[in-house]
Amino acid sequence: MATVPKPIDVGSDYKEKYGFFVPEDYVFKAKRGLNPEIVKEISWMKKEPEWMMKMRLRSLEIFRKKPTPTWGADLSVIDFENIFYYLRASDKQSKTWEELPPDIKQTYDRLGVPEAERKFLAGVSAQYESEVVYHSLHEELSKKGVIFTDTDSALRDHPELFKEYFGTIIPPADNKFAALNTAVWSGGSFIYVPKGVRVDIPLQAYFRINAENMGQFERTLIICDEGSFVHYIEGCTAPIYTSDSLHSAVVEIIVKKNARCRYTTIQNWSTNVFNLVTKRAMVYGDATMEWVDGNLGSQITMKYPSVYLMEPGAKGDVLSIAFAGKGQHQDAGGKMIHVAPNTTSTITSKSISKNGGRTSYRGHIKVYPGANNSKSFVKCDALLLDDASRSDTYPYNDVDADNVTLGHEATVSKVSDEQLFYLMSRGITRSEAETMIVNGFIEPFTKELPLEYAVELNRLIQLEMEGSVG
Amino acid sequence: MADFEIRDLHASVEGKPILKGVTLAINKGEVHAVMGPNGSGKSTLSYALMGHPGYSIDSGEVLFKGKNLLGLEPDERARLGIFLAFQYPVVVPGISMTNFLRTALNAKRGYDGKDRSKQISPKEFRSLLKDELEVLHMDDSFLPRYINDGFSGGEKKRAEILQMAMLKPEIAILDETDSGLDIDSIKFVAEAVNRMRGPELGVLIITHYTRVLEYIKPDYVHVLVDGRFVLSGGPEIADRLETTGYSEWTDADEPAALTKEEAV
Repeated sequence: MATVPKPIDVGSDYKEKYGFFVPEDYVFKAKRGLNPEIVKEISWMKKEPEWMMKMRLRSLEIFRKKPTPTWGADLSVIDFENIFYYLRASDKQSKTWEELPPDIKQTYDRLGVPEAERKFLAGVSAQYESEVVYHSLHEELSKKGVIFTDTDSALRDHPELFKEYFGTIIPPADNKFAALNTAVWSGGSFIYVPKGVRVDIPLQAYFRINAENMGQFERTLIICDEGSFVHYIEGCTAPIYTSDSLHSAVVEIIVKKNARCRYTTIQNWSTNVFNLVTKRAMVYGDATMEWVDGNLGSQITMKYPSVYLMEPGAKGDVLSIAFAGKGQHQDAGGKMIHVAPNTTSTITSKSISKNGGRTSYRGHIKVYPGANNSKSFVKCDALLLDDASRSDTYPYNDVDADNVTLGHEATVSKVSDEQLFYLMSRGITRSEAETMIVNGFIEPFTKELPLEYAVELNRLIQLEMEGSVG
Repeated sequence: MADFEIRDLHASVEGKPILKGVTLAINKGEVHAVMGPNGSGKSTLSYALMGHPGYSIDSGEVLFKGKNLLGLEPDERARLGIFLAFQYPVVVPGISMTNFLRTALNAKRGYDGKDRSKQISPKEFRSLLKDELEVLHMDDSFLPRYINDGFSGGEKKRAEILQMAMLKPEIAILDETDSGLDIDSIKFVAEAVNRMRGPELGVLIITHYTRVLEYIKPDYVHVLVDGRFVLSGGPEIADRLETTGYSEWTDADEPAALTKEEAV
């Protein structure tokens, strides 16, 4: 049964579709490396209030003091002094794609962002290097009081709202990379959904790195006021370079009483990107936070979207998939912190490893004293496509309350010969059969995506798979 | 030479010889039944013909359309026109039956994801599916379900025959399609198979029991014992087995007819 399907070079395919780059013709490029001068320069370029500059400098100190974490993926290879921390590609933000510099417009055209906006999005934000270069929001939504803007503009235009929440969910001292982000943050999305307003069509942000050794540090803040709903989607890609880039975002979300927020990520960074992201939501009475977190790209990802269940009836969901190919380590999972009684959470993790790739599920369920009658269920399934690949599970549970229901299921499986034979006996090629099995495996994830993204994800999996079979 | 020829096939599982020289010629238009007691090699024969990786071919040939099938991958055999209705259809979670049927049909038509003109049109697909569902007394509620996932025994077997009807093979192997079926399901399945019978289809029915042969009348019956055919002839052989079972060839008393309780 030894088959040698025609190898398809996934690298070259990624390169053509996402991994291209355009020459730099930038308005401003900070020097490589990180020091207080660079931080001040960023703040000065952005004409920020003094409190923000001070917060940045304080955060830089924290970053310097905190050791690089060693409990997860190997981060020792990151050379923080070789990174460009701030790149401004365009001198202004555009409201139409035509106004963008041609190179940047072409980039987004190739990535299909304007087309997606026309078809099925209520608002789009496009970040190129450090800054959001394009922004739009349906007029009816802004009339209802919805704010969807880049985070820099929010600091300028909505200072009270901004200051009330910024850094309250993830303070700079939370971890080394949260400190780094707070020191050099730029761009990201700021969303405020007023009481009772439902944003039924998704909002999307697309994060693009173009330059080599780029560091992208977007900062996102979402506030869902009582009884509101929003679905926010982010996508990310970058060119393939031989040396590393760094993406380290911070995402803070507040979901007030009876509100619901869904945050969907399809991360497809090129495999030279370190993706170290802190995402956290505070959820209040009877409100729901849903993280739908897809990790396909990057060299190393460390990301554990978390939900703090602050009041009774609060609900948190993490649905996560990770795909690790050659040289990739996806260390992903989720955290559920039950602070109030009668709160519920689920974490569903699906990981696929091939060609020596490594996936880790890392999760934490914490139930504080008094958070009685809470329920949590964790399910992690790993699929290994060959013997060279690896999958690990690191679940941590701390329960200090009474009458708590805690469930955990974990499976590790291989693509079964019986399934392959069955599909192939119907004329389906081995590589297509493998792709079908993998797509079937992540179907619980895919079915949560809007149709267009589900189709795109299946296509991405196919690209990943085609190079792997044999 | 016949349309489909098995010549002196020897096959083993985990080093243990199971098939010890099977020779059989099938022409399109004919229905052959291979009967045999448990452990005689019936399932090995069907898996070996389709190319299951767990069965190794020690010697012999299987000739179809001028090719030796034994050198081909299962998908190549399928696209050439061979079909196996599984005794135990496999569950594949997360993939709908519709998606599966469409992918299989497109594969048969040579669509490899590039030349879209080879794809079956949604309209053609729907109408083909609708016709075949009716014959099998199935409703379309099973289409969005995952492949064989949570199907009853009868649903699984009917779904196998549905795939056969959609893919229109030239040689179809039905491996114990009657096992685990109630009498209604057997009738529906038989009706669908009989509808497909004709000059373009050769059928190989593999079965322990004679019951299914009451509904799908074979032209030839072969008795497989310990990896070899011990008897070949016309449908009268099935009648003989109905009364005597396999006791002529095995010590174990294995009836070839179902008792009343089993048949219900």
